[in-house]
Amino acid sequence: MMQQLPLLNLAIWVPIIAGVAVLFTGSDRNAQAARVIALIGAVLGFLVTIPLYTGFDLQQGSFQFVHRAPWIESFNVWYHLGIDGISLLLILLNSLTTVLVVIAGWQVIQTRVAQYMAAFLILSGLMNGVFSALDAMLFYVFFESTLIPMFIIIGVWGGPNRVYAATKFFLYTLLGSLLSLVALIYLYNATGGSFAFLDLYEVPLPLIVQVIVFIAFFMAFAVKVPMWPVHTWLPDAHVEAPTGGSVVLAAVMLKLGGYGFLRLSLPIVPDASIYLAPAVIALSLIAVVYIGLVALVQTDMKKLIAYSSISHMGFVTLGIFIFNAQGVEGAVIQMISHGFISGAMFLCVGVLYDRMHTRQIADYGGVANRMPVFAAFFMLFAMANAGLPGTSGFVGEFLVILGAMKVNFWYAFAAAITLIFGAAYTLWMYKRVMFGAVANDHVAELKDINARECLVLGVLAVMVLVMGIWPQPFAEVLHVSVNELLAHVSLSKLPVQ
Amino acid sequence: MQFITPLWPAYPELFLLVMTCIILVADLFISDDNRIFTYGLTQFTLVGCAVLTFFTGNAEPVYTFSGMFVDDLMADALKLLTCLAVITILVYARAYTAVRGMFRGEFFSLALFATLGMMVMISANHLLTLYLGLELLSLSLYAMVALQRDSVQATEAAMKYFVLGALASGMLLYGMSMLYGATGTLEITALAQLSSQGVRAQAVLVFGLVFIVAGLGFKLGAVPFHMWVPDVYQGAPTAVTLFIGSAPKFAAFAIVMRLLAQGLGADALVDEWRQMLLIMAVLSLAIGNLAAIMQTNLKRMLAYSTISHMGFLLLGVLSGTIDGYGAAMFYVVVYVLMTLGAFGIILLLTRGGFEAENLDDYKGLNQRSPWYAFLMLLLMFSMAGIPPTVGFYAKLTVLQAVVQIGWWWVAVIAVVFSLIGAFYYLRIVKLMYFDAPQDTAPVTASADVRALLSVNGLAVLVMGIAPQPLMMLCIEAVRASI
Repeated sequence: MMQQLPLLNLAIWVPIIAGVAVLFTGSDRNAQAARVIALIGAVLGFLVTIPLYTGFDLQQGSFQFVHRAPWIESFNVWYHLGIDGISLLLILLNSLTTVLVVIAGWQVIQTRVAQYMAAFLILSGLMNGVFSALDAMLFYVFFESTLIPMFIIIGVWGGPNRVYAATKFFLYTLLGSLLSLVALIYLYNATGGSFAFLDLYEVPLPLIVQVIVFIAFFMAFAVKVPMWPVHTWLPDAHVEAPTGGSVVLAAVMLKLGGYGFLRLSLPIVPDASIYLAPAVIALSLIAVVYIGLVALVQTDMKKLIAYSSISHMGFVTLGIFIFNAQGVEGAVIQMISHGFISGAMFLCVGVLYDRMHTRQIADYGGVANRMPVFAAFFMLFAMANAGLPGTSGFVGEFLVILGAMKVNFWYAFAAAITLIFGAAYTLWMYKRVMFGAVANDHVAELKDINARECLVLGVLAVMVLVMGIWPQPFAEVLHVSVNELLAHVSLSKLPVQ
Repeated sequence: MQFITPLWPAYPELFLLVMTCIILVADLFISDDNRIFTYGLTQFTLVGCAVLTFFTGNAEPVYTFSGMFVDDLMADALKLLTCLAVITILVYARAYTAVRGMFRGEFFSLALFATLGMMVMISANHLLTLYLGLELLSLSLYAMVALQRDSVQATEAAMKYFVLGALASGMLLYGMSMLYGATGTLEITALAQLSSQGVRAQAVLVFGLVFIVAGLGFKLGAVPFHMWVPDVYQGAPTAVTLFIGSAPKFAAFAIVMRLLAQGLGADALVDEWRQMLLIMAVLSLAIGNLAAIMQTNLKRMLAYSTISHMGFLLLGVLSGTIDGYGAAMFYVVVYVLMTLGAFGIILLLTRGGFEAENLDDYKGLNQRSPWYAFLMLLLMFSMAGIPPTVGFYAKLTVLQAVVQIGWWWVAVIAVVFSLIGAFYYLRIVKLMYFDAPQDTAPVTASADVRALLSVNGLAVLVMGIAPQPLMMLCIEAVRASI
């Protein structure tokens, strides 16, 4: 019966319609109404995604919950939706994050509340659209549309340097996606006029064309992930964005890049992916190791977590481009886990920032004395960020290292180094901020987290622990989809001579 | 040719001409206080003209006046859109012109004559008809720019516009004389036939073609014939800039189609003009987008943005396929829609003697009026070509047409420059949303402006979500006519 409901449509449009409804509450006089409507919308948006999980057929390799309707007939573009295990998890992550972000912004945001809430809801709907689109043009439209709300979020509610950060974020990501647009149009002509992923997966292409198309896609997705050396927009964007913006950016938006690799690059240009994999792996390892070192020397907490994100996303790209089941599954699990952990880390910094209005590590010290509950949560997330076994951070990284080991010992070795760096920068920051004697009067006046903050962090803590101790519910939906994907990659698409 | 010329295909033009003459005379007997009557009559005329265009429309081309005048689907669509655009312009311009003493009979009769000129250009099947329409349009526009007699800027702009416009007309006319010399005909359909068979004086034909392309480049405002655009846009009263920047682009597109795609659309000739258009298009994209970044005056910035949009339009035309022409037509329709909206907002913020033309005047618009800021946001993202606005599909169709003929590297150049272009559109959004307002006066407008501007702005989003109908119309119109 669940199969009958247009669940994917609901997952996309419920948040967007709720967002528009929130906009209609208008000025800040009705801020409370805006918050309530936003919360209802976000919760509804999350609830409609749950049947996607419960109704998901674990044995089916093809796309599920498919909905297909004509959209732009002149270009043979279809409104074609469907999900596999990979998109399923990302949709759930996105919808849950939106609920948390709305709750987290409840008190913190006092100006233009309606616009703030609406931007997050609309963004959430658009990202669900990216994860469920099965038509390349539909995918692209959703993919680029996400830039508009994020640009506004960073620019309006961000820090002092927000204009620079917002513009850099927008233009950086736009450059990549525009090049991939040209590649998509090229593919459209190559298939004889279709944007459907399933047609793009079949079309044979010579290696040189594949390489060019791969590079165009790479520009779009590598910027989004972000990979070294096109990562420089991320620390700026994270530092300037409001807490909610950082959370969504790190938890979900970066995953658009990883998802793009899995959905477009690998199956559409498999030969070029294999051909160029060593280069991508090299960049990933640089991100993992070098960015890990960069994170070590940061003095700003948000910047440190931003660099740690880049380093962790390096695991994702590494896992994807070693082309074995452990690697790819590890990459997806790492994406989900990173969604929870980095979101939680940014929320923790947000909690401190709301009270102290500084993000400098040096301004803190001994916070644990004043905020014991908060310290416990922060400790858990810091450990998870460092990849402690029993937390979700461990599962993904372990799988990726395992997969890498099968391909090349040194890949695995370099990747494993990061477990040390990760522990070093995260725990060192934790120590300096939380432990020791109370550093100054401001710290002495800190109040522990309230029920609302406790709820948000608690949900994330449960997710991190569940995923770390019992990853089976997450992994099982991936098996068939990942195998299907790898089967695609192993089939050469070079034209028969 | 028929002996009895059917008049019905030209009913809209005839109606417009008769009504314009009536308005011209009637206005003499109307006092300044009752000028609204002239305004109403003008709007009635335009609506009537649009209705007539709609009901005299036909799918198959119909020739009349001994083949000098053609009524086909493309002409109907473009004429209808022209009328709608002029109606919108007059609504937006009412408050602005009233304050500046331009709300007079001359303004309306000039606007109507310009509209007549555009309609004649769109329906021209003869080089002389085409030229007649073009001059009627141009002369009306020169006078409109100079309508504010006391303004030095406007007078300078009118002079510049006139001199360069006359030069362009001269080039076009010279090119036409070459075509006549090479083929012995002035009729576009006959020209198409003769030039495709190959003429003895091929060199003369190509020579004429060069002048035609240069003349068209002037009229479109494509680089290197773009010098008049920024000065005229900035110098002219904003209401007139709105006029120049919007509806005449339909007519300019129509004559590009009539001359290049129809008249000189033989394969050998396409290869000739394609090269020229390519250079003009790439230069327009480059200079339009780069120069726009440095502007602090919004009207001037939009002038450079127009130049870059014309570059995109030319990319659609130069692909030389039905898809490409359809894409170019779609692009011009979308362009006019966006231009109307953007200038509509400028006119909205202009009140009393204050001209809201500097970028700083847009600071904090979101706090003064969230709704208009949102509309402007949509328009700016649409001009930058970001989905889900319609501007994205306009660029998409053009890029598709270019990639289809194998020129994917041209598409890459185009997207790189549109990335640069995105920067200055983003700056407007930044000013409206991220900065604090300098001016806290409430934004007020009459109900008709509010309604029309809202429809205009939302159309950019709605057509972005459902672009199919307009895209279909453009491709069908071109297919039925070329």
